[in-house]
Amino acid sequence: MRTIFKTRYEQDLTLARHGGDVFWYGLLLVVMIVIPFVAGEFYVKELSGLLLFSIAGVGLMLLIGYTGLVSLGHAAFMGIGAYANAALMARGVPFLISLPAAVVITAAAGAAIGIPTLRMSGLYLAIATLAFGGIVENIFSKWDSVTGGFDGLAVKTPEIFGWKIAGTDGVYYLSLIALVLVLWVSANILRSPLGRALVAIRDSEISAQSMGINLSRYKTIAFAISAGITGLAGALWGHYQHHLAPDGFNILFSIQLVTIVFVGGLGSLHGAIFGAIFVASLPQAIAIMRDYLPSKLANLPGLEPSLFGLILVLCILFQPSGIYGWWLRLKTYFINFPLQRKASSRRQKSYAKSERLR
Amino acid sequence: MEDAARLLQLVVNGTAAGCIYGLIALGFVLIYKATEMVNFAQGEIMMLGAFVAFSMVATFGLNYWVGALIAIGITAVFGYMLDVVVLRRVIGQPQFAVVMLTLGLAFIFRAAAGFIWGYDPVGFVTPFTNQTVRMGGLVLGADNLSIIVGTVVLCAVLYVFFSHTRLGIAMQASSQNQLAAYYMGIPVRTIFSLIWAISAGVAAGAGILLSPVSMIDVNMGILGIKAFAAAVLGGFGSIPGALVGGVLVGVMEQFAGYYLPPGSQDVASNVVLLVTLILWPQGIFAQSQRKRV
Repeated sequence: MRTIFKTRYEQDLTLARHGGDVFWYGLLLVVMIVIPFVAGEFYVKELSGLLLFSIAGVGLMLLIGYTGLVSLGHAAFMGIGAYANAALMARGVPFLISLPAAVVITAAAGAAIGIPTLRMSGLYLAIATLAFGGIVENIFSKWDSVTGGFDGLAVKTPEIFGWKIAGTDGVYYLSLIALVLVLWVSANILRSPLGRALVAIRDSEISAQSMGINLSRYKTIAFAISAGITGLAGALWGHYQHHLAPDGFNILFSIQLVTIVFVGGLGSLHGAIFGAIFVASLPQAIAIMRDYLPSKLANLPGLEPSLFGLILVLCILFQPSGIYGWWLRLKTYFINFPLQRKASSRRQKSYAKSERLR
Repeated sequence: MEDAARLLQLVVNGTAAGCIYGLIALGFVLIYKATEMVNFAQGEIMMLGAFVAFSMVATFGLNYWVGALIAIGITAVFGYMLDVVVLRRVIGQPQFAVVMLTLGLAFIFRAAAGFIWGYDPVGFVTPFTNQTVRMGGLVLGADNLSIIVGTVVLCAVLYVFFSHTRLGIAMQASSQNQLAAYYMGIPVRTIFSLIWAISAGVAAGAGILLSPVSMIDVNMGILGIKAFAAAVLGGFGSIPGALVGGVLVGVMEQFAGYYLPPGSQDVASNVVLLVTLILWPQGIFAQSQRKRV
């Protein structure tokens, strides 16, 4: 077991806890930078998708995992970001302005849906965001002048100071930069007073309120930040897909995003990444599995959503702390190696917390 | 006169659609009142019920009424088992875990139905298909009327059950206060499973009533989302509220489809839902309550 002995105040301020963190995360970053030079185009494209899912996952994690507000309509924010960016670029706005503008527009949309839903508790919020997602999806297909209606909207190639970011490698590096930026910002938010306030709201609204946290203000901020990050993922998603279709941002997509958060592990940024790896690689795994399944099962059109559903169900029933929780258990096992105790990984018995007055 | 007939037609169609929403919402409310869980798979259970009825009537050639009753029974048993096998385990987990769990179940049910019954819409002949009823110069579809009458009958049966039988009163008691009910010797866990059974049975009834009007297919569970609007409008804790909410949503949808630009019918229920939640975050018919710390 590593004990961190702090001798300087700066050690409290750094993001990396110790040299090992710096080494491993640095190595990961170097590997991620090198990959397009060694891997084939197919893998780079799949990895870009994974990076974009990770960005959206981090955005949703801030809302669900850290603030405890469940949103079943986050695909709508992703769509707003994608359409805002593409529509601005189609009107001749340069990429360096349209991307932040898309993030700001999505954050504003998030705040706009956040404010009226503040008074709702968990369940009603989930239903309200579900309805919001449905409405936005409909707007995408009906607002022809901006979104191109059912024909969709072609997304222009981004250009920075006359340098075109074309091809899969360009999108990959854009996504990588965005993800690193988002992770850095989120990690810093989470250890600032803002992040502490969000966690306090998640754990108990009433005690947070009595500690002087302005609930409506912080919930709106959480919604805006989460929507903004998801909008960034959406804007890049547009460049990744090259073409936006209104039915691409439906309820199933929202549920995929929530699956990232749940399967990855609630309440950790690592979880968002692990969940994104899972969600991005599942379709590939299914494609490989199809060869080994009986033909009737393999050609079932609903195989992918049902596997998503099944894994979600199994995860909630048997591994509520997600992949990250499982990883932490594995890590503790090896760190304590011959001295591990079974009791340290046992799940505590939990009881229903009633929201009713009895 | 033309307008009045048109209006009445819209109201009848809307009420019929609304009754279906109301019945699904009734299932939400029963389960929510008892266990504080929300079943996002309620629409899918309705779809399963309709498919089972289709198998009974079209495949096995049973009489419509017998087939419908058997289908309701099978779906109710299914609901009971669902609670015993899956949902009982998540008691004590956060509410949104249950939301995600039932959403996951919904996708599994859809794929299972597609696997068993295929992805093409199917239908079966009911005594109400393509029949009309004349009432004082008005021509109304028997299918729509059958939905309204069926809903009223189903609700009357449920009302008598909940207010006049021992089991029904035990259910009310367990919904109001689990602990006190338990002390009184009521087997609360079995009662909860039975409530799941009733709510699944009601959903199956809704699916069967719907079958003369629309084809049965894998995606009919989408209606469940519209039923949320009904349940929310009714306050999520009130059984008559759910039915009234359902009828309101159904009628508003019809009027939106007739008077507003195309596409508004699809979003009408979502808009109603969102506006209701913004104006009355706890629903219209909700009793005012504060959360205990």
